[in-house]
Amino acid sequence: MRYVINRIGFFILSLWAAITINFILPRMMPGNPADAMFAKFQGQLTTSALEAMKKAYGIGESSLWQQYVDYLRGLFSFDWGLSFMQYPTPVSSMIGSSLPWTIGLVGVATLISVFLGTALGVYISWKRKGFLDNTLPIVSMAFQALPYFWVALLFVFVFGFKLDWFPMSHGYDPAITPGFTSEYLLSVWNHAFLPGLTLLLGGLSGWIVGMRNNMIYTLGEDYVTFAEAKGVKTSRLMFSYAARNAILPQLTSFAIAIGNVVSGSILTEQVFSYPGIGNLLTDAVQSQDFPMIQSSFLLIAVAVLVANLIVDLLYSRLDPRIRTGGAN
Amino acid sequence: MEAKQPVLELENVSVAYDSQAGMVQAVNDVSLKIYENTIVGLIGESGSGKSTLGNAIMRLLKNSAVLTNGTIKVNGKDVYQMDKKELQKFRWSQMSMVFQSAMNALNPVLTIEAQILDVLLSHHKKMSKKEARAKAVELMEIVSIDPSHLKSYPHELSGGMRQRVVIAIAIALDPKLVIMDEPTTALDVVVQRSILDKIKEIQKVKKFAILFISHDFSLVSELASKVAIMYAGRFVEVTDSQSLKQAEGHHPYTQGLIHAIPHLTADEVSIEGIPGNPPDLVDLPSGCAYHPRCPFANERCRIERPAISKVNNREIECHLYDVERKEVVKS
Repeated sequence: MRYVINRIGFFILSLWAAITINFILPRMMPGNPADAMFAKFQGQLTTSALEAMKKAYGIGESSLWQQYVDYLRGLFSFDWGLSFMQYPTPVSSMIGSSLPWTIGLVGVATLISVFLGTALGVYISWKRKGFLDNTLPIVSMAFQALPYFWVALLFVFVFGFKLDWFPMSHGYDPAITPGFTSEYLLSVWNHAFLPGLTLLLGGLSGWIVGMRNNMIYTLGEDYVTFAEAKGVKTSRLMFSYAARNAILPQLTSFAIAIGNVVSGSILTEQVFSYPGIGNLLTDAVQSQDFPMIQSSFLLIAVAVLVANLIVDLLYSRLDPRIRTGGAN
Repeated sequence: MEAKQPVLELENVSVAYDSQAGMVQAVNDVSLKIYENTIVGLIGESGSGKSTLGNAIMRLLKNSAVLTNGTIKVNGKDVYQMDKKELQKFRWSQMSMVFQSAMNALNPVLTIEAQILDVLLSHHKKMSKKEARAKAVELMEIVSIDPSHLKSYPHELSGGMRQRVVIAIAIALDPKLVIMDEPTTALDVVVQRSILDKIKEIQKVKKFAILFISHDFSLVSELASKVAIMYAGRFVEVTDSQSLKQAEGHHPYTQGLIHAIPHLTADEVSIEGIPGNPPDLVDLPSGCAYHPRCPFANERCRIERPAISKVNNREIECHLYDVERKEVVKS
């Protein structure tokens, strides 16, 4: 229990640090970002837009402390400023409409990749030197070694363009009205299939090879031999003794992977023109949409922190040595 | 009257590792009988093949090691003639083992209770969880650990306690033979003593046979009634432990070991080591493997491997004790 409180405390502290750095960084830049932007757009921006920008950065208003308080208040009431590229749409509503797509696509693909890869890793280490053990790591590694954008483009070209099995862009067919209809859901599934598949293939080998190697190491441990001698059933030996210990190092990679769900999908969304946060972020960078960039970065930081918290808590469930903080 | 059946019977057992340098004989043609209610020590240097022999008896050979010759019988049953299922049942119920690194023999993510229950429930299909729990408490009491530790994880216990838990698991099914492979090596002297006393105490009650593998000469000669001394995969001498108090009349290697022990009561402490190094199993010396280190070695030792000679109830594999050459070794 103390461990859990500790982790949550640490999470809150680092969250605060991330938010504060996000506040300080633009203010440390030389000059005035709003004026620079205004000059850059050369009269395309109205004065009210300049005012909005200045307000977004808190320029010319009150003390730094007051700005900080306003910034925090805005942050927690989802008032994240107005986007430059789609002025005057609020940044929060733009993120709100693209984030579910990314989490749906990349999140699900990551989870499938983790579970499938880990399960396959356990299986092939069990059937050591079998057919799958000899082929699967090599085939999956070949997929991972290929440049991701190239594989993605190839998939679009072959399955989307040549064979026309799957749509080549968007999150769903614009002709269908969104809603909880089977038609709409099928369309979403169809659009997500190809990008999801490329993500899965790209990530799978890490999980397979990682788990396989952990398993082989763990199977050589004395407690596994001891349990085997004790007469423990093979399935229990495999899961409760070997896999249960071999999975622990995988959790760290899992934390990194779910932290990357929000940020790591930029290439996928570009190639498949998927309406997710990665696409939004690239557009924002290209059009120097500062409120958007700032919010996205904060979001990515928060995603990494949340992922770490989840994995920390998961670790404490799975490894008793961490729960009590005991030395070994 | 029919002769008593030995609990463990080794007959011309050889074990080899399949390595790149060819087959490496780790255990070479050893024979031994152990009867119930006795403790037999197995002494040897690192790499002499003693742990390999222990694993071979349990049929737990790994890393390309194979039994190349001989039979291993436990309670009259050939361990290597059983199918997988039979072996799974036989192992632990008839013979069990305390591992060399008992510190690592417990699964770090399961409680002590779960690991004890695993043994009981794997072998007693009809046993209820409640009965198994009661038995676990009983086992903990036998090895003098507070049963409240059943809910503990291995890392929460000290090294000595973990070793006791492993012993509790080893005796859980009342086996006839317990192989103890250096059970106290990783522990400090005080804990070592208490564990040994515990082992002796339990053995007295349960009357199982122990094959106690160790490199600690004085410890084994005190604990065991019979001692087998292993050198380069062979038993160079099998003798009763009482005889080890005197250096005379033993294999030269045994003599060397006896001389290497400091005596508390001696006025002048002069400890002699054995010159040279243990042999390379890949490239064993010809004839008697001990001859490069043996102070009594002659031409014959270089060429011819000695046979076993029975002298005063000792089995010694040395030319010095050949009937043809009755010369007594001066120590």
